[in-house]
Amino acid sequence: MSFTRTLINGEEGLFKSETLTPMQKLTLRFVVVGLIYFGFVVIEGMLMRLYEVKSLPFITEPQFFAILTAHPLVGIFGSTYSIVCGAFLFLVPFLMKKPLWSIKLGNWTFIFITGGTFVFWFSGFISHYAPLYTLYWPLPADFSQFSVWGGTFFIVGIALVMIGTALFIINIFKTITYTPDGWEKQRSGALLSSALGVTGFNNLFRKNKKEHLVPLPVAAVARGSVDMALNTITILFTGVLILVYMVGSILGYDLKETAIDALLYKNWFWWGLDLIADGLVLIFVAGTWYLLAMMITKKPLFMQNIARAALLVELVVSWTVWSHHLLSDQAQPGILKVVSGEMVTAFELITQGLAFFITLATLWGARPLKMTNPLKFLLGGLLGFALAVPAGIMQADVGLNRILHNTQWVVGPHVHVAVLVGLTMTLYSAIYLLFPILTNGAKIYSQKLANVHFWCHLLGGIGMGAFMGMAGLNGMLRRTLYVNGEFNLYMILAALCGTLLLIGFLAFFYNVVMSVGLKGVLGIFTPAMVKTKDLVPKA
Amino acid sequence: MVDSEMVLTGQTIAYTIYCIVIILLIAWFAWKVTGNGNGKGIKPGLFYAFIGFLTVLGVSLHIVTYNTIPWAKIDLNRSDYKPDKSFNITVGDHKFILPAEKMVVNVNDKVLFDVTSEDLTYGFGLFREDNSMLFQMQVVPGHRNDVIWHFDRPGVYTIRSTEYSGPKGAAMIVKDAVQVVPENATK
Repeated sequence: MSFTRTLINGEEGLFKSETLTPMQKLTLRFVVVGLIYFGFVVIEGMLMRLYEVKSLPFITEPQFFAILTAHPLVGIFGSTYSIVCGAFLFLVPFLMKKPLWSIKLGNWTFIFITGGTFVFWFSGFISHYAPLYTLYWPLPADFSQFSVWGGTFFIVGIALVMIGTALFIINIFKTITYTPDGWEKQRSGALLSSALGVTGFNNLFRKNKKEHLVPLPVAAVARGSVDMALNTITILFTGVLILVYMVGSILGYDLKETAIDALLYKNWFWWGLDLIADGLVLIFVAGTWYLLAMMITKKPLFMQNIARAALLVELVVSWTVWSHHLLSDQAQPGILKVVSGEMVTAFELITQGLAFFITLATLWGARPLKMTNPLKFLLGGLLGFALAVPAGIMQADVGLNRILHNTQWVVGPHVHVAVLVGLTMTLYSAIYLLFPILTNGAKIYSQKLANVHFWCHLLGGIGMGAFMGMAGLNGMLRRTLYVNGEFNLYMILAALCGTLLLIGFLAFFYNVVMSVGLKGVLGIFTPAMVKTKDLVPKA
Repeated sequence: MVDSEMVLTGQTIAYTIYCIVIILLIAWFAWKVTGNGNGKGIKPGLFYAFIGFLTVLGVSLHIVTYNTIPWAKIDLNRSDYKPDKSFNITVGDHKFILPAEKMVVNVNDKVLFDVTSEDLTYGFGLFREDNSMLFQMQVVPGHRNDVIWHFDRPGVYTIRSTEYSGPKGAAMIVKDAVQVVPENATK
């Protein structure tokens, strides 16, 4: 096939968008948009890195901080949430062997998350609204620094994403518990108990153990969705609070900022935010590892019951660890610092280590395995968390936090390695695994490009984290600028690693476009011609 | 005496060794998992031993740091310590207002820094001349933000806000604001 023909029709013309079911289209739309937003994030990261080395003529300082504000939010909501929502809206019904409860609601989730992300990104781009994702009170309502209108649109954008998230959660729980038309009535209460771990917990005290009604990965999605729900409530409530001040300012009322206790607010907001970082991300990731390991090996999971119990422990742990973000806040009670900030947080080493071991043991039991794209990216994802979780445990220590808090150490070896290497490589593994299922048998255009993608992403992600970490250990702060080139060496090396990440992403994107063709990409966004509730076309 | 530089050096060595080991382990696993298996899986005993190891590691990290990092104990029990010197500092409108142009302390002094914010959440950190960090804390409005630091060697330190407070926060630097001089030099 000629290059032009492949570019238009995809590899061997195998991908035919008109054969896709509405569910396949919905999932693919989420993935495509998630990848586009990931591209945004990579480019934003590169721009900031270059600016850290030398100021760029087309970026002002307020704009730099606006990018710094949008960067993690676009990464988490626009990219990760999109891919995760798309994947789970497909996988939960796939594993439960019944249709999604509502494709319409799935479409609204897509619209709200995609649109909401664009709204907050664009308002930040135009107005330079830059209170960072932490929104430490009263910074988001400091209208001597930021445009009140820009801030209003920014917060509305975040709220739209949260509404989309709420619709996703409803759809997931309804899909687990509902009875499809014409089916024998399903016991929704029992299904919910199984999904949330109540059955498993009660089994500990029963002689006759009850069977688990939902597969393990679905239980992980359900439990992660509980954190997602709590986090959505927290962010929405905080957004409304900030909006009250914004509307007040627009109407000419200067509301007293001291009416809100800055430390209490910080505890509340970190409790909610941490349900993402130390809650749903870890639970969703563990569930995805288990699913990938089972699909790759076609064997049951090693220590299934322990894995189920650990997911429940992880959920409870995630509600009680937020204080590790406040170890440098001197007014925070010492008991919270030690119990929540140090001790409970250390449990994450155990729960995540357990998921790591179980996944590797499952793969090990199925030797010999072929080093496929899903397997190699899964190993990359496991390595990412194996590097990032201990880095996080180290900084969640009263003594060490005093000299690590807000340095590049936190955001490098911990955050960037966890997100870029751990989380993103896990998601790539799922994308490579689901690609033939979602595209009705389309072929990857080039294995060489897939290898370039793997190595550039792995080395770029780890390298970037390492050099940021070295800068942090030498005193470089995050969330600020160094105008005298104090840490240029580390930032240049991190930028080179960022370039590797960009190359890897471009190789992947090009590979996907060449696999499905431009016609195919456009076809994903046209209405489905196959009218069915089935996930994939009937053979 | 153990200072923040020594702690960070120790951390760098420990974490680097760990990274090398875990990368090699995954590389070894990737190589072996594609090879022929003997049909045997992992024994549950190994799994439980691993979990036990992680539990010991997670708990012992904090016990070790509490007993070896000198400021950890001081920090958690600040009210039990009587500082040799105290400095009240105010932060407002992205500026540090210091009690004196230079805050001079003696080596071996335990010094209390009590920092109050008049508006936003800021940070308060002391940095060495090579830009490495001595310590930092958050400065939250409406609350007491105090830290006691034991200065065990001479030096000159720059104050820097360690928390983002808007674009203007990047310029919140007071160069050479704290000077630590040999013992009894100021008495």
